[in-house]
Amino acid sequence: MKLRYFAWVRERVGKAEEDVEVPGGVATVGDLMTWLASRGEEYAYAFENPKIIRAAIDKTHVKAHAPITTASEIAFFPPMTGG
Amino acid sequence: MTATVRIQSEPFDAAAEAKKLTGGRTDVGALVTFTGICRGNEGSEPIAALTLEYYPGMAEAEIERHVCDAMERWPLLGVTVIHRHGRIVPGDDIMMVATASSHRDAAFAAAEFLMDYLKTRAPFWKQIEKADGKVWIEAKATDDAAAGRWAAQGKHEAAE
Repeated sequence: MKLRYFAWVRERVGKAEEDVEVPGGVATVGDLMTWLASRGEEYAYAFENPKIIRAAIDKTHVKAHAPITTASEIAFFPPMTGG
Repeated sequence: MTATVRIQSEPFDAAAEAKKLTGGRTDVGALVTFTGICRGNEGSEPIAALTLEYYPGMAEAEIERHVCDAMERWPLLGVTVIHRHGRIVPGDDIMMVATASSHRDAAFAAAEFLMDYLKTRAPFWKQIEKADGKVWIEAKATDDAAAGRWAAQGKHEAAE
């Protein structure tokens, strides 16, 4: 699936998007953040406080317990500051 | 009913956009416009500019969803939401919301509703340029509280 990162999540991870093969057992958005945090220092830094990171599946806001099985694009970003 | 949602890097003319909602018709009795402008300071510190990042596709979808929600809640005759992205310098417009209705209550309420949701649900992020570097602006808890009050209000209660 495709992952996209925005704002300081993007800066910390060091890339705006990537395609990943998610291992079995990673079932929810929260699981995905835990798995991502284990992928290296930059990911650990980006996802060090998963409670404040927001997520969207296929461009719709979701909570951490949302299942990712049917997702084609998952985005992670800080709380929004537009307007 | 006309609804316009635009995300663009170019400046916009807020007065001309608002005029489009009332031109050539006589049923509009109230027009509310809100324009968000880039300040020259953040707290006590001067800033050189701000840069807005956004999530293309999702930002448009989120705003359109809330425009539809506003149209269901209030008897609106027109809505325009324009939000810029990219680098914006102090004094320049960042975004605007305009709502037209027969009476002021609906126009005021819908404009406030759209602004509250835009701040907390539309995927935009502001980064400011200060003398010592670039900093991402942190979200305010007061913005979440402002958006939360609409969720508690029923659609009929909010109408008129």
